[in-house]
Amino acid sequence: MRNSVVEFLYQTVMENGRKTGIAGEEGRLTFEDIFRKAYSLAGRLQSRGVNAPVMVYLPKGIDAVVSFAGILLSGNFYAPVDLRSPGNRMQKILSNLAPAAIVTRREFEKDLCSLGAEKSTFLYFEDVEREDGRSLEEMISECRKVSDRIIDTDPCYIMYTSGSTGVPKGVVVPHRGVVDYIEWALTCLKVDRNDIIGNQAPLYFDNSTLDLYLSWSTGATLDLIPERVFSFPARLVEYMENRGITLVFFVPSVLVSVSRMNVLKKGCLPDLKTIVFAGEVMPTRHLGYWQRMLPDKSYAHLYGPTEITVDCTYFIVDRIYDPSESLPIGYPCRNSGILILNQDDRPAVRGEYGELCVRGSSLALGYWRDDEKTKAAFVQNPLENGYFDRIYRTGDIVYENEKGQIIFVGRKDSQIKHMGYRIELGEIELAAGSLPDVEKCCVLYHGSRKEIMLLYEGPQEVPVSDLRRSLSNLLPGYMVPRKFWHLERLPVNQNGKIDRSTLKTLYCNEN
Amino acid sequence: MNEVISILTVIRPEVDFTRCDDFIKEGLLDSLDIVTLVAELEDRLGICIDGQDISPENFKNLETLLALLRRYTVL
Repeated sequence: MRNSVVEFLYQTVMENGRKTGIAGEEGRLTFEDIFRKAYSLAGRLQSRGVNAPVMVYLPKGIDAVVSFAGILLSGNFYAPVDLRSPGNRMQKILSNLAPAAIVTRREFEKDLCSLGAEKSTFLYFEDVEREDGRSLEEMISECRKVSDRIIDTDPCYIMYTSGSTGVPKGVVVPHRGVVDYIEWALTCLKVDRNDIIGNQAPLYFDNSTLDLYLSWSTGATLDLIPERVFSFPARLVEYMENRGITLVFFVPSVLVSVSRMNVLKKGCLPDLKTIVFAGEVMPTRHLGYWQRMLPDKSYAHLYGPTEITVDCTYFIVDRIYDPSESLPIGYPCRNSGILILNQDDRPAVRGEYGELCVRGSSLALGYWRDDEKTKAAFVQNPLENGYFDRIYRTGDIVYENEKGQIIFVGRKDSQIKHMGYRIELGEIELAAGSLPDVEKCCVLYHGSRKEIMLLYEGPQEVPVSDLRRSLSNLLPGYMVPRKFWHLERLPVNQNGKIDRSTLKTLYCNEN
Repeated sequence: MNEVISILTVIRPEVDFTRCDDFIKEGLLDSLDIVTLVAELEDRLGICIDGQDISPENFKNLETLLALLRRYTVL
């Protein structure tokens, strides 16, 4: 078993070094180019620490991916962030992470300083030169002095997700999680060196783990599709055709907007073989559109939270589903243990609802520097009393149908998935509640319209544009509500709590 | 025209869209905004915009957007 993900990189650099490893708007690099540059960055990082977090404060692009490689080669782990996060959120991440170094460019120095980042930790990517003086073998054996000491339970990356208290949680994923996930993905999705993987997920979103490591483990090209292309579905199809993309891992919203705007033609996207999607519920009506237009493609539905390394169940879509049917999340990925526990913490019988819990090598190590939250989410398997068997409770309610397929029902709490992002509605409520004219509020999500809405009580109705502007300063764009309702009184239940279910019936009528 | 501006203003209140030459290049509208914008325009104007017309050229600025909408409706 591989001790670290850098083993993937060593092998690919030796076998496919001359192949294009990554392509983006800025250009393209071969695997050898990536390695030579990453090697040089690793050399600069070594003095900063070992097995320590390194923040990557760079926009999505080739440099960010090379930075990941360099950080891993240095024996440290990377933490990518969204540069467009509002300042207060970024500050919380910075203070939680306390990075040993920050890989960035000079153009971001001012932003980072104003966020309170320590200038001595900055390492400027533009100063990193490609190492040309040594052979690949020499460099690999040099790197092995560090990477052979990595063990597979050491962290590989930290990804930040939304937390209900307004403090983002840093999920710490070990090398073991990624190696395990990729070994499953390679057999399930049948990827090889001739593939061209079209990446959509931001690098701070863990879906990109699949794209990146499928490329590193096989020698396939990773094509970073420019973000703006996703605004124009017709252009996205054009781009994918021009680049000869063979596999994509998209959030359902992307597939939905292509379907809504009806931009597929029979026989288009001839190179594309596999369409993978995960991150939120996929409406079967829109998937049906893809299947009818492009029946020769393979469609794979994955499911999983960041805490278990991207995905833990999969479903290769076997037929066209009726719009009224829900698409199964399917079966456990190889080497992922799935438990469905009912309210009494006993295994749910077929058809019975229960919480999906995961056990095995895919589990994250916990939340970075947050013992309390870690202990609440990662717990002893209640079905095992003979030894320490850690499980992660996803908070997702599911059941197994008569075919033994797992079906997703919904969330236990007020967390939602919107545009692939995991959002705690409580975090939005917290932000909205901090505004002067909002005395009390409730945030709801309209599932089929994919709309976040804010219902609030306050002295007077606030203009929508004012609300949006103030919330945009506190929350990332995808969390800002799209609909606003000013109410004289928010209904409350017997416990004096806001009556969400009544509000849901009134404002989120799915019909 | 006012209707289009009011939709845009709800989406991005902090921006003066009348004084902007290229919404996309200047990063004023992301993919989420375009989806919302198209849905709102279709809703309010009772039209259905062809997917091929949802392009960076047509969504460049107010002028190009209005020119596009004129092909679908009388504004």
